[in-house]
Amino acid sequence: MNIHQYEVIVVGAGGAGLMAGLYASKSAKTAIISKLYPTRSHTGTAQGGIGAALGNVEEDHPEWHTFDTVKGSDYLGDQDAIEFMCTEAVPAIYELEHMGLPFDRTPEGKIAQRPFGGHTNNVTGKPVPRACHAADRTGHMILQTLYQQCLKNNVTFFDEFQVVDLIMVDGKAAGVVAIELATGEFHVFHAKAVIFATGGHGRIWEITSNAYAFTGDGPAITLRRGLPLEDMEFFQFHPTGIYKLGILITEGVRGEGGVLINGLGERFMEKYAPKVKDLASRDVISRAIYMEIREGRGVNGQNYVYLDVRPETVNKYAALDGRTRPDGSPYTVTGEQILAKLPDIVDFCRVYLGVDPVTQPMPIQPTAHYAMGGIPTNKYGEALADEKNTVVPGLYAAGECACVSVHGANRLGTNSLLDLVVFGKYAGLRAAEYAKGADFPPLPDDPAGFARAQFERIRSASGTENAFDIATTMKKVMFDDMGIFRSGQGMENALQVVRELKERFKHVRPTDTGSIFNMELMNIWELGNLLDLAEVTTVSALARTESRGGHAREDYPDRDDKNWLKHTLAFQDEQGRIELKYKPVVITRFEPKVRTY
Amino acid sequence: MEVTLKIFRYNPEKDKKPSYKTYKLEAVETDRVLDLLEKVKGYQDGTLSFRRSCAHGICGSDAMRINGMNRLACKTLVRDVGTRITVEPLLGLRVIKDLIVDMKPFFENYKKVMPWFINNDPPPEKERLQSPEARLRFDDTTKCILCACCTTSCPSFWGSDEYLGPAAFVNAHRFIFDDRDQAAGERLKIVNEVMGVSRCHTVFNCTLACPREIQITKAIGELKMALVTGRLD
Repeated sequence: MNIHQYEVIVVGAGGAGLMAGLYASKSAKTAIISKLYPTRSHTGTAQGGIGAALGNVEEDHPEWHTFDTVKGSDYLGDQDAIEFMCTEAVPAIYELEHMGLPFDRTPEGKIAQRPFGGHTNNVTGKPVPRACHAADRTGHMILQTLYQQCLKNNVTFFDEFQVVDLIMVDGKAAGVVAIELATGEFHVFHAKAVIFATGGHGRIWEITSNAYAFTGDGPAITLRRGLPLEDMEFFQFHPTGIYKLGILITEGVRGEGGVLINGLGERFMEKYAPKVKDLASRDVISRAIYMEIREGRGVNGQNYVYLDVRPETVNKYAALDGRTRPDGSPYTVTGEQILAKLPDIVDFCRVYLGVDPVTQPMPIQPTAHYAMGGIPTNKYGEALADEKNTVVPGLYAAGECACVSVHGANRLGTNSLLDLVVFGKYAGLRAAEYAKGADFPPLPDDPAGFARAQFERIRSASGTENAFDIATTMKKVMFDDMGIFRSGQGMENALQVVRELKERFKHVRPTDTGSIFNMELMNIWELGNLLDLAEVTTVSALARTESRGGHAREDYPDRDDKNWLKHTLAFQDEQGRIELKYKPVVITRFEPKVRTY
Repeated sequence: MEVTLKIFRYNPEKDKKPSYKTYKLEAVETDRVLDLLEKVKGYQDGTLSFRRSCAHGICGSDAMRINGMNRLACKTLVRDVGTRITVEPLLGLRVIKDLIVDMKPFFENYKKVMPWFINNDPPPEKERLQSPEARLRFDDTTKCILCACCTTSCPSFWGSDEYLGPAAFVNAHRFIFDDRDQAAGERLKIVNEVMGVSRCHTVFNCTLACPREIQITKAIGELKMALVTGRLD
């Protein structure tokens, strides 16, 4: 058995993991373990920007960012944590710039900012440019910059090691178990503190913007270890995914003036969000697109609408909206400016659609995008064990796999990159501080036993079922019945199908019996994670008899603050039964109000 | 339509030497080659091994040779390459299994050019100012996703994996031409060493291979020019 010892272990090397590793390694012996090479992480695909009220283009304040995030969360976000994040946002962006991140610049040389959905001037109610951007590859630049800084600071990496279990001793984290992909060998990483930063689980759904790697490993592992998952019923569908493929088209397109157009050629968002129109929150826009399609106003009767960023369209609607530049002149764009500001979007459309967005509208449909729910934490990244917010000693989580909760029922665009920078940093700092005052917990007799048993079960299954079939069926039922609109009946169906699939999954066996890069075996294990999380998501959603943010029920169309202004905590017992508990939302300054845009 | 995939196969635990296996499957012209590989793995041969993650050309995991060209499998459509498709691992790096190569020499070369921001002055309270023109100066080379398509298309790299290679030069360029950075001189010294830019013979393979359409040969030319003139304009 390969046994390693580090004071702090970080699992995952996206933005949150790298930030955590960077900060933890300043004072504690730290290693970052990732199933991918760090630069392959999904943070790199984030496009439009990272939110912070710098006020570089127009007046803005962290208080406005805080309120917009609370409102965007449909009042389910914890307001103390949201205020913390939005206040920390400003120094966090300057820190990234000091690390060399190549943000775009204003004519004065400051960090450039663009409008994004749900971010507003709280006095006028109009969109405010708050998204700090590096063209339409902001996530790429954050991932590269943080990886570069880790190299500069000699942070230790274990690349292509798949973490498969969390070691817990007497209720404390004591390390993780990982499989080295290149050899298939188990490794035990003995640690004082463990930080999960494993990202999301959008691969549960058929149409998704998420990477193949987004299989919810961290939350599935902690769930198996008896820890709860918070608010799993809230999953964001981004309004603009490339039709059929789900590849993300940034909200920045609409920030630059792009509009959504239905099959009748109408700019339909005027009906659903009269004030900010195409820059409403993502949940609002995804529902609007769905309703347009359902009422027969998709393009050519198909399940898509257009996102139109052709200069003539942008200029026409900017004039109608009275949009101006900071100097008061009318807002207009040229084709060259679109290409300069959105080069990757133009490239995606040309490659995958054969469409040039400068001269043609883009066919889009909503795509499964972001997990608001995950491993419950407080604002320092400390993982929580129950509805009383009891801290799990030595365990931390940050980024998409965590639920602080700053996104509540619906995340605002640009806040995920902000989340991972801010909470990655604090998780790293807290973990290192904890490690300094703690001893290594003794390892159990067979620390890899629980993980090895899972893999032995998979390798010795009957082999009568096909993993690809099971995944395809799960994705379809989750997209149809656990998507943008839900109903009790549909969710019951989804739950039944997922439970049948979990039974069938027990009969899946890899044909590859080898040890070296046995990706088939790893992918089967990942499918098990997705199935577990699909079940938790559905059970959590069925219980919540209201509509809020990303959880929209046709049988309960209204938000119900009297009964449901609370977070869901889902626990799984050793027999696999799911139990739901609840905890209150932290409300500090903003009493829940009706949410309109 | 029916597509024929001829795939390089090598399993070090079983095979003495590599071979090619052929698979036939139904596809549409907008399918990505990655979609086809997934289908083969899902239904015909689960042992087929390759790396992939984002599936839309950003993470850089699935660089491979497709019909002889270095490409990302997720950014190559059937309509780009036709219905007879040969898929092989990148050249110049050791094959570990099937389409998976050992990326270590590639990343080691990357690290040699000090690919991180260096400015030892105390930072201002807010951002360092940079003009849009100065930012544009190195814009192209910030796009690199470290997929290795460029470096493994370069004959000089095939000759020796000690050769820094185009990807390392691209990342050196990204910092050398950033006017906020203070270590251009040190990096230029590194790219001027014996395994540096002098081994670039402007074959342009790298530029043709880059899935991000970075003008790599131009960037290397700018490094050479800076070495000759001692100036960064």
